[in-house]
Amino acid sequence: MSAATKRTKTVVAVLVALGTFAASLVAQSAPDRTRPPMVGPPPRLNLPDIQRRMLSNGLAVWLVESHEVPLVQVNLLVKAGAGDDPAGKFGLASLTAAMLDEGAGSRNALELADAVDFLGASLATTASFDASAVRLNVPVARIKEALPLMADVILRPTFPGAELERLRQERLTALLQAKDDPASVAPMAFARTVFGATHRYGTGVAGTETTLKAFTVPDLKTFHASKYQPGNSVLIVVGDVKLDAIVPQLEMQFGSWKGTSPTRVPVPQAPQVAQGQITIVDMPGAEQSQIRMGWVGVSRSTPDYFTLEVLNTILGGSFTSRLNQNLREEHQYSYGASSRFDMRLSAGAFQAGAGVQTDKTSEALREFFNELNGIIKPVPAEELTKAKNYAALSFPSEFETSGDLSAKMEEMVVFGLPDTFFGAYVDNLQKVTAAAVQKAAETHIQPKRFAVVVVGDRKVIEPGIRALNLGPVRVMSVDEAVGQ
Amino acid sequence: MRRLFMTLLLVACAVPLRGQTATPPLQVPYTQFRLANGLTVILHQDKSVPIVTVNVWYHVGSANEKPGRTGFAHLFEHLMFEGSKNVKEGVFDTLLESAGGNNNGSTTNDRTNYFEDLPSNALELALYLESDRMAYLLDTMTPQRVDGQRDVVKNERRQSYENQPYGMASIEIDRMLWPQNHPYNWPTIGYMEDLTAASHSDVVEFFKKYYVPNNASLVVAGDIDIPRTKALVERWFNEIPRGADVEPIAPPSAILTEVKKKTLTDRVALERLYLAWLTPRMYAPGDASLDMVSSVLSGGKNSRLYKRLVYDTQIAQDVSAFQQSGAIGSEFQIIATARRGHTAAELQKVIDEELEKLRREPPEPREVQRAINQIEASFYRRMERVSNKADSLNGYYFAGGGPDYFAEDLARYTSLSPSDVQAAAIRWLPADRRVEVIVLPEAKK
Repeated sequence: MSAATKRTKTVVAVLVALGTFAASLVAQSAPDRTRPPMVGPPPRLNLPDIQRRMLSNGLAVWLVESHEVPLVQVNLLVKAGAGDDPAGKFGLASLTAAMLDEGAGSRNALELADAVDFLGASLATTASFDASAVRLNVPVARIKEALPLMADVILRPTFPGAELERLRQERLTALLQAKDDPASVAPMAFARTVFGATHRYGTGVAGTETTLKAFTVPDLKTFHASKYQPGNSVLIVVGDVKLDAIVPQLEMQFGSWKGTSPTRVPVPQAPQVAQGQITIVDMPGAEQSQIRMGWVGVSRSTPDYFTLEVLNTILGGSFTSRLNQNLREEHQYSYGASSRFDMRLSAGAFQAGAGVQTDKTSEALREFFNELNGIIKPVPAEELTKAKNYAALSFPSEFETSGDLSAKMEEMVVFGLPDTFFGAYVDNLQKVTAAAVQKAAETHIQPKRFAVVVVGDRKVIEPGIRALNLGPVRVMSVDEAVGQ
Repeated sequence: MRRLFMTLLLVACAVPLRGQTATPPLQVPYTQFRLANGLTVILHQDKSVPIVTVNVWYHVGSANEKPGRTGFAHLFEHLMFEGSKNVKEGVFDTLLESAGGNNNGSTTNDRTNYFEDLPSNALELALYLESDRMAYLLDTMTPQRVDGQRDVVKNERRQSYENQPYGMASIEIDRMLWPQNHPYNWPTIGYMEDLTAASHSDVVEFFKKYYVPNNASLVVAGDIDIPRTKALVERWFNEIPRGADVEPIAPPSAILTEVKKKTLTDRVALERLYLAWLTPRMYAPGDASLDMVSSVLSGGKNSRLYKRLVYDTQIAQDVSAFQQSGAIGSEFQIIATARRGHTAAELQKVIDEELEKLRREPPEPREVQRAINQIEASFYRRMERVSNKADSLNGYYFAGGGPDYFAEDLARYTSLSPSDVQAAAIRWLPADRRVEVIVLPEAKK
């Protein structure tokens, strides 16, 4: 994760002097506004080095020093997540993670929360499809008191039955509330439509009403015991600390953690959507329709990674992207339209979407299809350059905070990226050609076969949608669409 | 920033500081000057990452709107991105994206801000774009442009209010809390009929009155050279003419003398309760104490309302309490959602018991210290991102305390005692002068 800088300190000093000299000149001349000012060559981001150590038990420690503010971020990343949920137990990884701080070591849930809060710390325990994580952010002056709490939560959670019941009810209620909100229903219904009820990606990380009702304390303990293993985990540290000072503290808290390196069974590749279809999810009275459309996309390991970054920036990944310009700026059907590839360990969805005003739903759908069909044509050179520059030149801003840096390191761990990945990122983006974008679009954007989900007021929107003749139309209730 | 100054460490060996770990004082060095046209400029260097942020505050918000034109300040914000004399429609965003920049703006009751975050080499581009719209927005403004953004803003409103569960409650609460002629009575997003009524001539008038350099402040922060940046700012902004001084708002007094109640219905499954009070404006005595009250009531698992409603009895799905501070007044709200089978009335009974308890006796010292420690850490977290620092510098300047008011702001909290927190609950959160709104699930049709 390091990149060479071509600018020596001497050269920088000279540039500063020139800048000061030039300053007295530029102030006096009237600016020429007829064209934008020329910008100089972009600065080279100096990626910080990752320092690595291994604790006595084999637990890897990755550290980046960042002395800007007196804070430190410590993340334990476990290479097991919702993608590792057993069949019939969707939601187990997420609930296990959520239960870690509901009682651990000698402290109950309230005592733990009090101890963490009193340090001015934040301690989050969570699971995504690809990984589970415990993330501590604490003023560096209090790291010594915070680390034992973090170690308790990871190594010695107690999984009290009463807390399981509490979280179960909280999650069931959250599912109930999600059904009130078209912007929550749409992604749930879309995932269910594309991946189905049995594939893991067809259900949200937290699971369903049915699975939530069935979880037991032994379920949680089993998942924790088998997946939370030192050989399966990496400790990521970013902040106002030195490696030699922090490693002994980490060794004291985590060095005695013994275990195995579980093998990981990947989430199977989902079958592609068979044919184009429209699903209307009825929410009577909705002022907007929430639209999602797409199909099974690609995994993070796709060889088209950089090409798809550029392609999506053009299509729906930036403010000036085609979808946003069309649906927001040109037609004003929406506050904003976008698209993205969910790249996970296995192929997630490609999806485009927006909230559009109810009385323009079919018009908006037609424009979505115009843009999705249009992306298969060659992309003009100027548009390609803009997209590549946007993605490449905004890259340094993704490395600003300790949270940013630790997120990048997590990405490296989860997807097994080489150390050179971020250093070569800008060059790899710049190498993407118009031909590659067109080829990728032909492969990955085939609108005729897309699943379309529209969550809105059926009575108003159904006739217009049927008149578009996009494919078979089915109508569902919210309950049917998100699954039980 | 390079690093927060650790000056305390140099003297720490002499006297231990009340047994506390010495935390470094917050300090954000800056250079401030004013152009002849009245534009205030604040520069701050932070070379940690090669990016810069340009952050402009216009000291106008929805509180400056006139009756029949609510939502106009925000609609105007949208129009600022649609081009100016030398920047064709759409080019503002195209130029910035081509340089690797992100940009946005936001409108509150009190101010409108605009920012560009971009690689340090492209600083001058942002200054060019910001100065061109400050100087020449009207040259290419047309009724069609106003129409276009009017419809976008209406969709923003649909998405964030009408189509959002419980989304209409906050609009109703402000109508009940503030007198009809008080500028906080109406929503920043505006009423639909007022958005429909907004015209091109309103845009002209608003721009000439409020979008003048003497009513704005500009922060440039990040990987910059101070003398060169000063020269660049002068180069692009000097030519903009000064406007007439903007008269400060003279709001009518806002006092609640009774309990005002209302019941709304929405397409939701669960009942929700809102309690709201009128409270002291931002930075006035009582403002920080009420932030502490909110922390004691709903900050974390051990906070009083969370523990009773969500953790112990589990009759609520969530509860939050917050002081929403404004330049000419504030409101304190408590919001709680009932679990299925429970009612907003049950929640209200528990909340009132807890409020009464806080009025009767001060919180435990540990409760207050816990909240202070959380707030202190949050100050440092905010400092990690240069765009946050820039917006804070502008905000502190706008509030009149000087741009580098970070340490003073934090001291407002660290100096509070448990009895200050109790006093704020007694003085500002009375049971007999407040707004009570309940949202009930609509009857199924």
